[in-house]
Amino acid sequence: MSDITPGLWELLLKGLWVTFQLTVYSAALGAAVALVIGLARTHRLWIVRFLSGTYFEIFRGTSALVFMFLVFFALPIAFGWQLVPMWAAVLAMGLTYGAYGSEIVRGAVAAVAPAQREAGIALSFTPAQSMRKVVLPQAWPEMIPPLNNLLIELLKGTALVSVLGVGDISFGAQLVRNATGQSAPVYTVILVMYFVLAFVLTRGMRVLERQAKAGIGQAPPKRRKLSLRQTKDLATSGGTGGAA
Amino acid sequence: MSADSTPTNPNASTSKETANPAVDGSELIRFDKVTKRFGSNTVLDELDFKVDSGKHVTLIGPSGSGKTTILRLLMTLMKPDEGTIKVGDAYLTHEDRGGKLVPAGDKHIREVRKNIGMVFQQFNLFPNMKVLRNITEAPVHVLGLSKDEAEERARELLDLVGLGDRGDAYPTQLSGGQQQRVAIARALAMRPQVLLLDEVTSALDPELVAGVLDVLRDLAHSTDITMLCVTHEMNFARDISDQVLMFDSGRIIESGSPEKMFGDPDHERTREFLSAVL
Repeated sequence: MSDITPGLWELLLKGLWVTFQLTVYSAALGAAVALVIGLARTHRLWIVRFLSGTYFEIFRGTSALVFMFLVFFALPIAFGWQLVPMWAAVLAMGLTYGAYGSEIVRGAVAAVAPAQREAGIALSFTPAQSMRKVVLPQAWPEMIPPLNNLLIELLKGTALVSVLGVGDISFGAQLVRNATGQSAPVYTVILVMYFVLAFVLTRGMRVLERQAKAGIGQAPPKRRKLSLRQTKDLATSGGTGGAA
Repeated sequence: MSADSTPTNPNASTSKETANPAVDGSELIRFDKVTKRFGSNTVLDELDFKVDSGKHVTLIGPSGSGKTTILRLLMTLMKPDEGTIKVGDAYLTHEDRGGKLVPAGDKHIREVRKNIGMVFQQFNLFPNMKVLRNITEAPVHVLGLSKDEAEERARELLDLVGLGDRGDAYPTQLSGGQQQRVAIARALAMRPQVLLLDEVTSALDPELVAGVLDVLRDLAHSTDITMLCVTHEMNFARDISDQVLMFDSGRIIESGSPEKMFGDPDHERTREFLSAVL
């Protein structure tokens, strides 16, 4: 590891920052897509369900990498303008992972007890009010754990962008590897970097999940330490939710 | 809360307003040849019946006889396959467009059903809202009350159901009986003309049943609200009902005053049923 000079370290840290940005932007786009497509797929009009279902199938069934190439290399030929590599990557990642996320949104919304919608009808809520005030707030805590998984996958998927020459962690690692002629040290370093990023994101999602559960009266007891025991708590508190 | 607390309760007057100002015993609900099928199973078979405003009507009968279906049709949780349902002057199932009756659109249905409130067997409180907001949400966002107005109304109703101090709790922090009383308050906050009660004590532990029934008894005796009640609590039915309808296989086979129905029913099927449940 001593072969990695300060200059090369800087390269890796810059890459870390780029990867973080890529992840955040792609996740933001992906979340918006997931919400819109996920809800559209439960819409009562068949045409809305059909169009959103088509989107979902296309983006789930194709490769983010190929789509990224398409956006980056084919769009200029077709329309005469080109996206910055960073934004081409965000677009491809956001649209693809949004498609995966839409399935999570759809599933969580469908899992909210039908009786809750009936209560909404009995109070003369419009379908939109019922969705906004009753269904989504209850579906949200159920979405967070699978969305967390997806977010981590997205983080690791950002390594794809190095093929477009975006200077993320993996891109930096290749440069470092070329400079030092050694693979093991640099790949160990970026392994740890990915892990730290993933860990930070997971902790953030945990906080969200805790807040979301508290928001529907299922607050687990506060713990100073974030330990393994928490996993058990979540498993049991999830089981009591059905009683409501 | 006990039944005799109501006269001194300042909120009794509030809940008076719950009912239609024009409670004159005129016809409020009318089913005309209503048929409802689930697949090949006919749950309601060309059912005709009416309820006058201010009356408390109890539907009894074996399970699967169509009682709950009637409440669900009235609440527009399902649509009849045939026939019409009228609430007040308006059809629930149809609307008048250019002199012709056409199947009702969503907006029309929402407008008519504002007159109807429902309390469910499983309470169905919104777990993502505290008790107070469970009650204020619809008055604010559906009826357009100000937040202050709605909260004042909600606090009065919470007092009425004996839970004046639980407004800040989440529903999951309440017992089943308390949740059901909140659900009653939530339905009343919309000031419906008709209150539908769908086996409201069936999901409760036995010792919690009385508290809920007391609240409903008070309501029945101190207000003019029209009640349609599906219940297996026959003593309760006897106390509050003006009329009891006996259902079997999607038809009303007998109806009458609670004295007659519980005392000396005409129909053999009614006798059988009552001897099984009493």
